[in-house]
Amino acid sequence: MLKKEKKTILIVDDDSDYLFQMKSAIQDMGFEVIQAETQKEAESIIERTRPDLAILDLMMESHDTGFILCHKIKNKYPEVPIIIASAVTAETGMIFDVNTQEDQDWIKADLFLDKGIRLDQLHKEINKLLKL
Amino acid sequence: MGKLRLLVVDDEPGIRSGVLRILENFSVSYPFMDEDFDFDVVEAPTGEDAIDLLTKHDFDIVLLDNKLPGIQGIEVLEYINNKQLDVVVVMITSYASLDLAVKATRKGAYDFVPKPFTPKELRATIETITKQLFLRRMTQKLNVEGRQIRFQFLSVLSHELKAPLNAIEGYLKMMQEKKLGEYIADYMEIIDRSLFRVQGMRNLILDMLDFTRIESGKKSRNIESIMLCEIAQQCIDSFQPLSIQKGIDIYLNCGAKLPIKADRKEIEIVLNNLISNAIKYNKEGGRVDLSLGIEGNHAVIRVDDTGIGMKAEDVDKLFEDFVRIKTEETKNISGSGLGLSIVKKILDMYEARIMVESTPGQGSSFIVYFPLDNQ
Repeated sequence: MLKKEKKTILIVDDDSDYLFQMKSAIQDMGFEVIQAETQKEAESIIERTRPDLAILDLMMESHDTGFILCHKIKNKYPEVPIIIASAVTAETGMIFDVNTQEDQDWIKADLFLDKGIRLDQLHKEINKLLKL
Repeated sequence: MGKLRLLVVDDEPGIRSGVLRILENFSVSYPFMDEDFDFDVVEAPTGEDAIDLLTKHDFDIVLLDNKLPGIQGIEVLEYINNKQLDVVVVMITSYASLDLAVKATRKGAYDFVPKPFTPKELRATIETITKQLFLRRMTQKLNVEGRQIRFQFLSVLSHELKAPLNAIEGYLKMMQEKKLGEYIADYMEIIDRSLFRVQGMRNLILDMLDFTRIESGKKSRNIESIMLCEIAQQCIDSFQPLSIQKGIDIYLNCGAKLPIKADRKEIEIVLNNLISNAIKYNKEGGRVDLSLGIEGNHAVIRVDDTGIGMKAEDVDKLFEDFVRIKTEETKNISGSGLGLSIVKKILDMYEARIMVESTPGQGSSFIVYFPLDNQ
């Protein structure tokens, strides 16, 4: 029987602890993980590798890092699904998120998630996007 | 289909009509743009006409010849810069005028089209510019949103507090699930990381208290005559443990006692932040010099370190709330990103100025000019 190829997930986040934990969690789900801590690192990875899915932090070096990376990935690999994860949500009455339809159309991520999402839920969402 | 308005400024009618013809049925498209762009071309035979049109209408792109009958192209460029118009300027020029090219680039021209140009050359230039314009506006849009976000201080704060909490919680869960096995020794690294994040959070809370003090402190400020040198010495003493740990020597150079009128607590906050940064971002075995003196009618507080320094573009951002310069070297240094913004806010209350000089890899100097008149 052919062994099924593992899907590769790119995680970009400037919080090295979050990155470490996500990597471990997502590897446990049975995926390969490549990680980047800066926009530059992520860009150089995208140059040479096509991930099967990307999870990006919204705010890194600057407020728009997540958006810019999202655009660049979609530009190069339009079919690769992108999840944007953000830490601040509506609970503070504050919009770090991409809530309006207009913004969502414009930013083109496939999914916006709160960073506090439970891992089993995240797993489900990833499977859905990868059509597994 | 999006429309971009293009102004062509050239005294040769042939060039103007050429541009018109070349761009007539031309449109630019990119995978990541929502729509294609085509062009509305408006003509101006002189620089004066161009300025008149630029005053009355919005344009996206200006194709600008330098050699014009009246005012020169470069002056139109200056006008555009002074008014900070959101247009991209392309100079039409002959290859020979390198001088002009350099000058115009300095003044913000984005590109050059050699004259005479082929339709292909012009289209290629316009294509690049359209992309550049799109990206620029996209970034601007985000920056505007970004700035609005910044004002919502509490929300940013909750982000800053939530990140370490998430990290610590994540590590505790890994321990709970015994992810790394049965032996406690295997968990040391994540325990250290957790403690590091706890420390970061504590720093943030302490800085927050300073912040609240400034915000609400207006009635509880206690302006009195204080001895700057004495306070500086006490601050340095309080940093002994940290500086010994990092092997850093701190020197105080103080001529006189230097009395100033200020709130003691506020001055302590300023000095503490400057000194702690000078230690934190220093190199093993480095030094910190705190020099106090008088220049004209200002007390001057100068903190020099032999640390990692920073790039000029980072210096500009330094005093904003929650800004931290992220490099490989600062990664493992704990900081809230509030310290210098607190310093700035306090100094503003005294109409004091702060200047930064820095060389990457060599060190930074923070110089405070504290006015002594009105005292």
